[in-house]
Amino acid sequence: MSYGTAVLEDVTQSPELNSDIVSAPQKAAHDLPAWFRQQREQGWREFSALPMPTRKDQAWRFSNVAALDLTPFRLGTAPSEDEQAEILERSTALNGRAGRLIFANDQLLERDALPESLRKVGVIFQPLERALIEHEDLVRKHFMAQPAALGSAKFAALHRAQVRAGAFIYVPRAVELELPIEIFHWLTSENAAVFPHLLLVADEMAKVTVIEHFRSFDKTAPGFACGVNDLIAGRGTTVKYVCAQRWNENVTALQINATNVERDASAMSLNLHLGGNYSRFESLSRLVGEGARSDLLAVAVAHKKQEFDARTLQDHVSPHTASDLLYKNALTDRARTTFGGLIRVEPHAHFTDAYQKVRNLLLSDDAEANSMPGLEILADNVRCTHGATSGQIDEDELFYLRTRGIPVKTAQRLIVTGFLTEAIQRLDEDMIAAHLDRLIKEKFASA
Amino acid sequence: MKTDTSAVNIDRDIGDFHYKVDYGFDAGVGLNEGVVNYISDVKQDPDWVREFRLKALQTFESKPLPTHWASKDLEAIDFSKIRYYLAQGQRSKRSWDEVPEDVKRTFERLGIPEQERKFLAGVEAQFDSEAVYSNIKKAVGEQGVIFVGSTEGLKEHPEIFRRWFGKVIPIGDNKFSALNSAVFSGGSFIYVPPGVKVKHPLQAYFRINAENFGQFERTLIICDEGSELTYMEGCTAPKFNTATLHSAVVELVAMPGAKLQYITVQNWSQNVFNLVTKRGLAHEESEIKWIDCNIGSRLTMKYPGVVLKGRKSRGEVLSIALANNGQHQDTGAKMLHAADETTSNIISKSISIGTGRATYRGLVHVPKHLKNCKNNTECDALLINATSRTDTYPAITVRGTGNSVQHEASVSQVSAEQIFYMQQRGLSEAQAMSLSVNGFVNDLVRQFPMEYSVELKRLIELEMEGSVG
Repeated sequence: MSYGTAVLEDVTQSPELNSDIVSAPQKAAHDLPAWFRQQREQGWREFSALPMPTRKDQAWRFSNVAALDLTPFRLGTAPSEDEQAEILERSTALNGRAGRLIFANDQLLERDALPESLRKVGVIFQPLERALIEHEDLVRKHFMAQPAALGSAKFAALHRAQVRAGAFIYVPRAVELELPIEIFHWLTSENAAVFPHLLLVADEMAKVTVIEHFRSFDKTAPGFACGVNDLIAGRGTTVKYVCAQRWNENVTALQINATNVERDASAMSLNLHLGGNYSRFESLSRLVGEGARSDLLAVAVAHKKQEFDARTLQDHVSPHTASDLLYKNALTDRARTTFGGLIRVEPHAHFTDAYQKVRNLLLSDDAEANSMPGLEILADNVRCTHGATSGQIDEDELFYLRTRGIPVKTAQRLIVTGFLTEAIQRLDEDMIAAHLDRLIKEKFASA
Repeated sequence: MKTDTSAVNIDRDIGDFHYKVDYGFDAGVGLNEGVVNYISDVKQDPDWVREFRLKALQTFESKPLPTHWASKDLEAIDFSKIRYYLAQGQRSKRSWDEVPEDVKRTFERLGIPEQERKFLAGVEAQFDSEAVYSNIKKAVGEQGVIFVGSTEGLKEHPEIFRRWFGKVIPIGDNKFSALNSAVFSGGSFIYVPPGVKVKHPLQAYFRINAENFGQFERTLIICDEGSELTYMEGCTAPKFNTATLHSAVVELVAMPGAKLQYITVQNWSQNVFNLVTKRGLAHEESEIKWIDCNIGSRLTMKYPGVVLKGRKSRGEVLSIALANNGQHQDTGAKMLHAADETTSNIISKSISIGTGRATYRGLVHVPKHLKNCKNNTECDALLINATSRTDTYPAITVRGTGNSVQHEASVSQVSAEQIFYMQQRGLSEAQAMSLSVNGFVNDLVRQFPMEYSVELKRLIELEMEGSVG
């Protein structure tokens, strides 16, 4: 492509590198649109004005808010050339893909463009900075247009003030992508902070699958990630989003998602959370058109002193919509998980089908699972159920496997993997499922 | 289903009458140390009770309203306009004949003792602040069961009363438990000696008669080892134009092997804020069961709980809430597991009619290093009209392996086919709806004592009148 190096220069020459993320906003490159620079300032004002969350806030109940001390973190600098080379080498996941972007410390390292056939029909897959210039109207229309309704308004504002890397994807009407789009975000240096952004706009009847990989270069260096992904599933689209999070276990991470599902569209998201010492993700799924459907899936494997905090809202705005949530947590050692989910059926959103299920598998005596499955129903002719269970490995299942000669540890692992796989299989994407299964196995092997 | 929301006019005449009463004692409006001291003076409280009250007043004043999670409607309560103590005299009358004629008329209109006296072992009726009539059948008295008002209890049985009073629900548990601790008057004190099984339920009725009045009864029930008791309370109030506050504290203690069942049918009129703290402490192999039916009030916030302190203890909450136009029933349950092999069960059914809102709020807590604890929670909500609302907000914490906790909730409505079927068998739409709603709660109501299930079904029928068509 013609502008690859120019993009790199724009970013790497940012004057505010290494600045403290909580004392000054990111200076936008001079060539970015004025509205975007105003967004930054606005974001910074909001971030400064909003109070830090406390456990007394309902949206942060059970959450270890003390983990959110941001003072040590600095905007990450560009990795060295050796590191860059190694990151590129390690940025592999799927066997096939439509395109790929690789960022490290919010710097663009590589861009595998889409095949000519897709570019010709108008599919856009660009770094955010480039899209801000080349597709300003489209980006402006959707850029952080959804409120952070699940507690992280302050951190969404911080993201708005500090965002400098990410991807913009646009799939035009009736275009279907066979292969997934991949985006990698790496954290490389000690106390680096990144603000990964993803904006996906799928036009009528389009079909697209995107996977974001979050990884650490170093096994132990602390870091901070505050990502936002906004998915716009236009009429009749099929949009799948996968987050494969395996930061190292000293990273503090926040991920804020908003998905708009329009008429007859189907959105499916799967969040796999393996890394981080504290990792919170918020998923807002708004069903705004009749016939819309949203599937929210998540898998977390928590060990040692890890904490995973998931908050979800299935917001049924329009009648005749459906949503289905399945979250699975496997916990061991002293790990903690929190699930706070709400199905909200707005007035007049009659004929809603909404389901929500969280299942916690506790594998040790010190693990703690908190579940808050909520319902707010303001319409009738609604079918809603939710369920939360917390339990342990079934002794009978274990016994059965042992009678087949399988050692206890292996048997346990098999049962846990089977438990988690149910959510991954719902995605119905074999290649991605195989990759996620591999990540889970790696985590078990590392324990 | 039809979504007609035409005005629902509920016949609340059952409790809607009031009498002019010359109150001998009146603490005036507003709350300050003077009022608390006045109550202590009138009641001739021992010093420890006066200190308890004054300390509670401070706690009440220092605590904010819990509006960060609860309904903003709480802000409509003007604590400075409430009367905290009203009474005609200090001692409860021992026989029905001694009760003043006008007060008796009130209770007779409610149809309380006349109809049910025969069944019931004892009746304690509270009129505004004090119990006016209290009787306990000889047989029960001979078994050594103590059934008196809380004032009498703390004076005459301090050795039992003081040991447990404020222990299950400490002053600072929440803002309203602190308020109750500061100004409490009336309520029951019951002690059942070891091994005594009280065959018939003991009953209490509460009634608010005065406008702007706050009722703050305090009930303490102790079932000693291996004893059994069922206690029932009913509540009514006439319609006044201004808000009235009812803020009770009920503490239950089940000693090892005891069985204690507490039944409430709450039918306050629609201007009553009903903010009640109820909790039981279950020792080894004991069982505490709350049956809680909320039909009246403007806003009810009530989450009966059980602290499962002893091995193999069991807690249960069966809850039915009916929220009609303008009502918010914010009810639920708390189960705090604190010993091995404890089990708890929560079944909640709510019905929202018109603009009514029913909320389930629950807490289940299983701390670490406990084994074989089980909780089962089921919440079912029924929505009648398009403007009805229902919410479910459970919070479940489980630590460690070896326990099993499950929560399930569903929301549904009466199916049009069901109604149509019944209509073509000759029932009116309202009758069909009423039948469906009764069917929805039936499996739960069946577990109630017979008198109460009959009464409850009648109340539901009454509430359903005019809700459709």
